[in-house]
Amino acid sequence: MEFTFFLAGLIALVTTARVITCANPVHALLYLITSMLALAIDFYALGAAFAAVLEVVVYAGAIMVLFVFVVMMLNLNAETVAREKSWLRPKLWAGPSAAAGVLLLAMLWALISGGAEMGGITGAELSAREVGMNLFGPYVLVVELAAFLLLATLVVAAHIGRDEPNGVSDAAARGERVTSNVQVGESR
Amino acid sequence: MSLLVFTLIFPLLGAITLSLFPRMSYGAARTIGTASVGLSAATFALVAVFWSWSGGFPFIQTLWQWIDAGDFQVNFGLYLDGLSLTMLGVITGVGFLIHLFAAWYMVHDLDGKPGMARFFAYMNLFIVAMLLLVLGDNLLLLYLGWEGVGLCSYLLIGYYYETPANAWAAFKAFIITRIGDVFLAIGLFLLYVVFGTLNIQAILHAAPSVMTQGSALANIAALMVLLGACGKSAQLPLQTWLADAMAGPTPVSALIHAATMVTAGVYLIARTYGLFLLAPTVHELVAVIGAVTLVIAGFAALAQTDIKRAIAYSTMSQIGYMFLALGVGAWQAAIFHLMIHAFFKSLLFLTAGSVIIACHHEQNIFKMGGLRRKLPFDYAMFIIGGAALSALPLVTAGFYSKDAIIWETLASGHGLLWAAALFGALVTSIYTFRLIFVVFHGEEKTKAHAGQGLAHHLPLIVLAVLSTFIGAMIALPLDGVLPHEMAEAGHWVELFFEVLAAIVALVGVAIAALLYLGSRKTIDTLLASERGQRTWQLFHGGLGFDGLYDRVFVRPFLATAKAHEKRDWIETVVNIVPALSRGANTGLAAAQSGRLRAYAMIMFAGAAVILALLMFG
Amino acid sequence: MNELSMVYGMGLAALLFLLGFVGVVIRRNTLFVLMCLEIMMNSAGLAFIVAGARWAGPDGNTMFILIIAVAAAEAAIGLGLLLQLQKRFRTIDIDAASEMHG
Repeated sequence: MEFTFFLAGLIALVTTARVITCANPVHALLYLITSMLALAIDFYALGAAFAAVLEVVVYAGAIMVLFVFVVMMLNLNAETVAREKSWLRPKLWAGPSAAAGVLLLAMLWALISGGAEMGGITGAELSAREVGMNLFGPYVLVVELAAFLLLATLVVAAHIGRDEPNGVSDAAARGERVTSNVQVGESR
Repeated sequence: MSLLVFTLIFPLLGAITLSLFPRMSYGAARTIGTASVGLSAATFALVAVFWSWSGGFPFIQTLWQWIDAGDFQVNFGLYLDGLSLTMLGVITGVGFLIHLFAAWYMVHDLDGKPGMARFFAYMNLFIVAMLLLVLGDNLLLLYLGWEGVGLCSYLLIGYYYETPANAWAAFKAFIITRIGDVFLAIGLFLLYVVFGTLNIQAILHAAPSVMTQGSALANIAALMVLLGACGKSAQLPLQTWLADAMAGPTPVSALIHAATMVTAGVYLIARTYGLFLLAPTVHELVAVIGAVTLVIAGFAALAQTDIKRAIAYSTMSQIGYMFLALGVGAWQAAIFHLMIHAFFKSLLFLTAGSVIIACHHEQNIFKMGGLRRKLPFDYAMFIIGGAALSALPLVTAGFYSKDAIIWETLASGHGLLWAAALFGALVTSIYTFRLIFVVFHGEEKTKAHAGQGLAHHLPLIVLAVLSTFIGAMIALPLDGVLPHEMAEAGHWVELFFEVLAAIVALVGVAIAALLYLGSRKTIDTLLASERGQRTWQLFHGGLGFDGLYDRVFVRPFLATAKAHEKRDWIETVVNIVPALSRGANTGLAAAQSGRLRAYAMIMFAGAAVILALLMFG
Repeated sequence: MNELSMVYGMGLAALLFLLGFVGVVIRRNTLFVLMCLEIMMNSAGLAFIVAGARWAGPDGNTMFILIIAVAAAEAAIGLGLLLQLQKRFRTIDIDAASEMHG
């Protein structure tokens, strides 16, 4: 169990590091999926088999497929990869990395100093039945809230994703195209 | 008795209606404006009857709680006793007659303008404020009325606001009375701090036990009230506004600047007499102010060419008599003279208004002349009013009220003030009959058209009747409210001095006749000389108080303001505030860059700080 | 049975979270920003799972399911915004969408 946990954790860390450094979006996505699968293994090692399955099916499956669709719609090519690389200048890394390092030190210090009382994990199996009972028992209100959230998301996504019918704000954003259209109209 | 509040409600309704429909026709405005005050006067009559039937005890009508903030509680309460009943009668009764006359007078001001709702709305509002002033059972309500009448006075003086001079006169009146109001406000604060209440009766009741006789505290409190009263009643040193206030329509001058508002100061001092009894020094000062004002105003009235300004100075002088009476402890005589003065002075003003209209808005007395044949009615009215003003013996009301004051002054041992009052009486009859002789005698200079109609005649006749000895027979129910006079009446000494005063008044008439009846040779040679000319100029300008105040207060203020126009260290200090907020704005605007990654970084930093605080704090 | 110290699980979650954060801050491509947000969410989920496993209760898993719901919502809206950004500004540089500056 420990071996599985550490190996999968290492894989997750490495692939995640690649996600944030990679210039090609498709590669980054694949790394991200790998990282999630590795995390799923970690969940399994911790005894949360149901969560592991959800991680694979919902996260690595459904949500990441959404990303893949978007990547396909964005028409990415070698040019975008080159631009991506130009954006990733080493100078940018310094500040956030330093800040993250400080916070990491703080968190690790907290974890290690309090580690003795934290106790260990046996990795006992947790059945989906128990999770389900918990969800629809004491947490039922939260489930309802999650339902509201998903409904609201549906509405918002439908609103944001729609095409502007007469493209007023579109035209305003792309002033040059409007003028070209007018010229076309006049020449006709 | 609970009808009392309706004396207020009727004019208030009138004012509201008139201001809601500013374009209503003249007839409607006149009817509403006059009827509301008429109903108020009728209510007063009922209240007076009920009040005397029920024994004449003070009656308190608390309408609602006005302010309730911690320990500070003020009721919206009306207080009716003999003093406020007297004032109530003067305000509603004389007020109604003046409204009635105004309904006739203002027709001549229409000139194609739509309606006259604004005028009557202000007049009704004035009545409301004045009633609040005299009926309020606490000083704050009194102050509300006090400011209300000041506002209406301002609005009505500036009624013909198209002429800049009138607007300036309104400013002047408002600002100078406001100086007095500030002192009154300070007095109110002081009284509240000392007594913990603003209820007038409670203060009067507690005053002897809280403040010692003649203490600095009592003197300061009384002085503040006195200065407030001086501002409103046009007494020295705040008297300069009243003559200019004649810019308003003549009924306004009669109502506000003769009968009611300017006597508010007298009412205030009488109302808080307990305070003045505790402050003998200030109490003396009241008498001195009154005496000096009455002489100065009398001199000024001698040299006026404008009929209204002359009467205005005489008002000032008569209020000086009231102050004198208050100052020598003749409280009841002061209030009695207040009422009689309201009668004959409104009569004089209204008659003057009638004459002015008859002469086509001519106010210069030297351009009138010989009107007694064309305007016999006005002549008779003016004679009655002038006789009352000059206190001609036996037949006039003024004789009884004014000579009581002069006698009380002497009886209370103020020889010098008595001499001033007697001299004032002489001057009074000189300027009064100067007016009469110049306006109504001599050769005719203009074509005059006598006023017609009930609204013109009735108020004048009623006021004229009240200005004779009939008015002096009104017994005021003041015994329970104000202390009795000190001097015994009916003494042979009193008789002697009353005869003396009567002779003085008659001598004044004789002097006026000598100077102004006939060829006026004496006065012309007197005025032709250089010294006479200078004296005349001095008197004509109200003895130079305007110039004095201009030099002492206005010009230094303007010079200081000009010197600091651009570089002013106060401004530098004040500018720190906008500089700070502008700096904060720049900083915060920079923080709001619109860049999501910067926001994320800031959030992260915040989270880190909170985490650090949780862990190490 | 061997016990695994909770420190390791939590440490892994912290590391992943910080990696995600660094990614959010340094990437200008909105797509990458969204991916890094997913990483951060995921690490939070891991922290819940670890804590749930420590006390051998179902609460950690319950919270993980809720996190998945939130992540799904966030991804849907975020990607929708990304498409609009692309359509209006012809770029997916997140700094281009900075018109709400003060």
